[in-house]
Amino acid sequence: MTEPTTQAGTPAPRRKDERPGGGNLNRLGDRKKARLEELARASSGKGGVSLFRDALRRLRRNPAAIVGATIIGLFVLVAIFAPLIAPHDPVQRFDELTSKLAADNIPGPTDGFPLGSDELGRDLLSRLIYGSRQTLFVGVLATLIGLAIGVLFGAIAGAFGGWVDNILMRVTDVMLALPALLLAITLVALASRSSQWTVIMAVAIVNVPIFARLLRGSMLAQRESDHVLAARALGVKQRSIVLRHMLPNAMTAVIVQATLTLSVAIIEAASLSFLGLGDPDRDRAEWGAMLGDAGVRYFEVRPELAYYPALAIIVVALGFTLLGEAMREAIDPKNRR
Amino acid sequence: MLRVIVRRLLQLVVTLIALSALIFIWLRNLPGGPVDALLGERATPETRALLTKALGYDQPIHVQYGKFMQRILTGDFGNSIRTGDPVIEVIGRAFPATFELALAAMVIAVGLGIPLGYLAARWRGRSLDHLTVVGTLLGISIPIFFLGYLLKDVFTQNIHWFPPSGRVGIGLDNTNITGFFVLDGLLTREFDAAADALWHLILPALTLATIPLAVIVRMTRASVLDVLNEDYVRTAEAKGLRHRTIRKRHILRNALLPVVTTIGLQTGALLSGAVLTEKVYNWGGLGTLITDSITGSRDYPVLQALILLAAFVFVVVNLLVDLSYAFIDPRVRVR
Repeated sequence: MTEPTTQAGTPAPRRKDERPGGGNLNRLGDRKKARLEELARASSGKGGVSLFRDALRRLRRNPAAIVGATIIGLFVLVAIFAPLIAPHDPVQRFDELTSKLAADNIPGPTDGFPLGSDELGRDLLSRLIYGSRQTLFVGVLATLIGLAIGVLFGAIAGAFGGWVDNILMRVTDVMLALPALLLAITLVALASRSSQWTVIMAVAIVNVPIFARLLRGSMLAQRESDHVLAARALGVKQRSIVLRHMLPNAMTAVIVQATLTLSVAIIEAASLSFLGLGDPDRDRAEWGAMLGDAGVRYFEVRPELAYYPALAIIVVALGFTLLGEAMREAIDPKNRR
Repeated sequence: MLRVIVRRLLQLVVTLIALSALIFIWLRNLPGGPVDALLGERATPETRALLTKALGYDQPIHVQYGKFMQRILTGDFGNSIRTGDPVIEVIGRAFPATFELALAAMVIAVGLGIPLGYLAARWRGRSLDHLTVVGTLLGISIPIFFLGYLLKDVFTQNIHWFPPSGRVGIGLDNTNITGFFVLDGLLTREFDAAADALWHLILPALTLATIPLAVIVRMTRASVLDVLNEDYVRTAEAKGLRHRTIRKRHILRNALLPVVTTIGLQTGALLSGAVLTEKVYNWGGLGTLITDSITGSRDYPVLQALILLAAFVFVVVNLLVDLSYAFIDPRVRVR
């Protein structure tokens, strides 16, 4: 019953603001506008922090989030300090290992090589440790590129609406019409030969429509929300409404999605390697390539070549998924009790 | 309702045309195109020109696309570059294998997923729930081709329960009618063949079902948890309705709506997963066809048709799911 009155009440002051008034009124309007904008900025900033703090507090109480964050932290630390941790050079082939290599034998743990040899007589442990770097690199870069393009698409669509939105969304429709891995396969197939970059780009592009849709959705939802209406009523420029009022609020969901995407990206890169469309550089140690290429090829000779990188991928993917889902739960207003 | 269907179908057609144009243009502008793939790098310019002309690649691209679309509408996707057979036949031969596999995987995923998700939600916080949550997390974190190799290793090398790969046992004389081997066996009353085909199907179907199963369990669990908190469930309980009635009429009926959407979206995971699973188990379906037409020589006509087919299946299934909403949920008025 109260709704009609507020609806009838709001347009009146808005119209008064928009109408160009006389000189006095205008100056008064300007001062009011500046003051109101200041207030809006102050309160939106504070509100953002407390919202964020609130989410962080809930996140810290969630054991899943702690486990996920710990896994990711360890993973990043190993990647950073790989040269210090790894006992050997990851690309060096050791004579004592290569001499024992045969079609039906890949040497297991021996003195100085705790996990044994890989298929070319290199130290498996060192390659696993260095592999964290490349895996992190591929996963993060693919996610970031996908996020950047997707955010650009989504922000433009969400900000402009209308036919721009329509066209961009039809483009994402076409991309979403293909299942993820098939799209990635197609994209890799489009390059004349596969390289680390084709893998990164393929995995990135697969995620573009997801980010774009997500961002567009939450931007569109905000177009009619109170804080945007208020900013518009105050005469804030369209550009700063989009950049300062809408985008920051819409990004939370995107960041959560990015965390989840990281685990998918690592697994997808591994799948491409398995299909023979991965990084052909056999010196470069990357978990996905180690598992998808040599790991399964020598599965019957020495399954450990698959087990270790697979375990590493599973644990790290689990870490990103745990943290991502905990973040999603934390920012979900339904859970704010 | 009819207008909705017509509009969605039009959208589908537009999406497919846009996709076909994109794929067509991309694939044609590649370095190392099909001519090189066929002739190798050392071919003389003359032979190359001859083949380019024979395949029609010398014409302007819009002419090529026009012809391509014309032929598609008559069901002619050209000939496979590798084997020379008509693409439609090549795909037709591989289709039943993948369909059989995907269907079996979906049956496993839905048949296990919904009850598991429901029980986990009902017994929230108990050990079954914890086990389910951990299991589904593992399910979406494991690369399924690795899981395939693992299952194959355990169940065919260590314990000889299942055959390691392929669709039929060696030396088994099965009659081929539909290409769905389990169905064929039943139709021709060659029950040993049907059993054998089913036996071959189990491991690949389990592998392929992993991700959809995990996703469906999670979705069902979350959805049932939401519904359990609703007032109408409490009211139903307070009224003294029987558990079975509450479960069927109040909880599942409401909770399954988002699950149905998820099932539709999982067809995408199935199509992606089939490519990997088929390679692991040497299955010889559409997935194998995709891998074969990319690695080595690029078989563009086959690739094109397969991508279009995948998009078509995915979009149509999701359209059907959306439309089925109106039947499952009388509250939904599709607009």
